[in-house]
Amino acid sequence: MPQYTQYQPKEHRPKMSAYWYLDNWHYLRYALRESSSFFVAYFCVLTLVQLAALGTNATRYARFEAFMAHPAMIIVNAIALAFFLLHAITWFNLVPRVMMRQILARPTPDIISSAPNYLVWFGATIILALFITGVL
Amino acid sequence: MSAGKRSNEPIVWILFGMGGFLVAFFLPVHVLFYGLLFPAGMVHAPSYQQTLALVRHPLARVYLFALLTFCFFHAAHRMRSTMLDVLNLRHLNTVIAFLCYGGALVGTVFTVWLLMTV
Repeated sequence: MPQYTQYQPKEHRPKMSAYWYLDNWHYLRYALRESSSFFVAYFCVLTLVQLAALGTNATRYARFEAFMAHPAMIIVNAIALAFFLLHAITWFNLVPRVMMRQILARPTPDIISSAPNYLVWFGATIILALFITGVL
Repeated sequence: MSAGKRSNEPIVWILFGMGGFLVAFFLPVHVLFYGLLFPAGMVHAPSYQQTLALVRHPLARVYLFALLTFCFFHAAHRMRSTMLDVLNLRHLNTVIAFLCYGGALVGTVFTVWLLMTV
């Protein structure tokens, strides 16, 4: 006779709330950080619209600029900037978690790994700002 | 011995990782100027001709291609995981993956087309 029970116990599946990310600040920060992706997609599409307007003519580009000056667009873009900054800071702070950090067989502080990213970010921002504003 | 089914996750992760760095380094300054300072009139916006000349420079085209392509795939991968994990939509994994990565591919095609015709 085979040795088994007729009624197997059910697999344990803990029920998760649909709003689990509101349980504590760490979950919420994770959810916000991941949500930055929607704003990344939004701004990439917006840049494509800008390129399409640029490629058409000056009138179409002026219409695009007027559209961007709408208060609702400025508010959405301010929110997008906040999400991009959250992404940048959490991304740079993650670098020490994923790379080897040893000098003479001793671990180095996190800041040694993340600081160069902040420096590159600062430099890239200045250079791009000069190009975007037409100074260079 | 037959080799197991290989995961496509590493390829997606390369695109996601590259995009993550590009979003962090470059997108904030783009949205700061084109989304806030120029439209709000806080900084004088360059003319149409100046902006067109900037975008038509070969290096600018290469930069915009890399920026937009990797950012599209970065967003696609993260939007997918957000919808699966945060919104509990795991049962729609295939549809969501198709829409996200398909959307990134469409975005890339438009990027190439617009950069070639601008």
